[in-house]
Amino acid sequence: MSVGAQRDQHTSTFADGVRAGIPFAVAGGLLSISFGVVAQDAGLSAVAAIVMSAVVFAGSAQFAAVAIIAQGGTVGAAVAAAALVNSRFLPMGVALGPSLPGGAAARAAQGQTVVDASWALASRDDGSFDRMILFGSSAIQYVAWTGGTVVGAIWGDKLGDPETLGLDAIYPAFFLALLLVEIKSRRALGVAALGALIALALVPFAPPGVPVLVASLASLVGLHRSAR
Amino acid sequence: MLIGGCALVTAAIKAIGPMALGGRELPDRFNGVIALMAPALLAALVVTAALADGDRLALGPDTAGVTAGGLVAWRTESIIGCVIVAAVVTALVRAIS
Repeated sequence: MSVGAQRDQHTSTFADGVRAGIPFAVAGGLLSISFGVVAQDAGLSAVAAIVMSAVVFAGSAQFAAVAIIAQGGTVGAAVAAAALVNSRFLPMGVALGPSLPGGAAARAAQGQTVVDASWALASRDDGSFDRMILFGSSAIQYVAWTGGTVVGAIWGDKLGDPETLGLDAIYPAFFLALLLVEIKSRRALGVAALGALIALALVPFAPPGVPVLVASLASLVGLHRSAR
Repeated sequence: MLIGGCALVTAAIKAIGPMALGGRELPDRFNGVIALMAPALLAALVVTAALADGDRLALGPDTAGVTAGGLVAWRTESIIGCVIVAAVVTALVRAIS
């Protein structure tokens, strides 16, 4: 069963989420191996790299923070960069909120499970979210992300340079595969193109993370006429 | 410090959206915007990762690799195939350039 067919069922279980998340977990695991290597090149210990993956669990923010440390930046600058890169979780959380049950604290706790792939997998065409798909696919990705970091942090020096192996291409390729699943209409294609243009136009001027955050405004096209 | 700070800001950002909005019905127009947020954000992530190097726009071996991976994802719907082809093509282009 394809990922698309699975998430259209409205009675998904946690196990469905785990299954839907497996390909992304494998890809994320490869990526986190390179994180384990890169983090140590930046001066983090193997244990620190593993702990960071286990408690932060946000790939792009971790890469951004570690890159700043590697360039000799301060901890404050690294944390600020991580916050900016993660700022896309603001609109994602706003989108997800109405689909979560419980009080504000319960929703905030459930919101912690959001990562890009699980959020995209859980999104339904009508703008609502399937939270069991979200939880299940995040869980398997968490295991793979942390496990991959362990591999990279402990055995990374035997792998060689992550760039020689092309591991840096995994992250954008991962999101491109996710994007192709999401493009189901001409309108979605147009919004994707607009989002890409906005982000590219801002890259030379804005700090990392901001171009992606501002690109989310492309979705306002949905206000125009029939929203579906 | 670094790890604690990153963990804290990530958790805070992830908490704000669901806390602010939830438990209420939102107009259809809002849902239309939400449904289009994934393509907008994902496309932005792809191009900033594959076409930019810091604050410069740059085509590199990874651009070729990601393009090849994208073709695989499009033709086969395999995410694992996509990332593996992307890595292999990037490594090959880098090796010969």
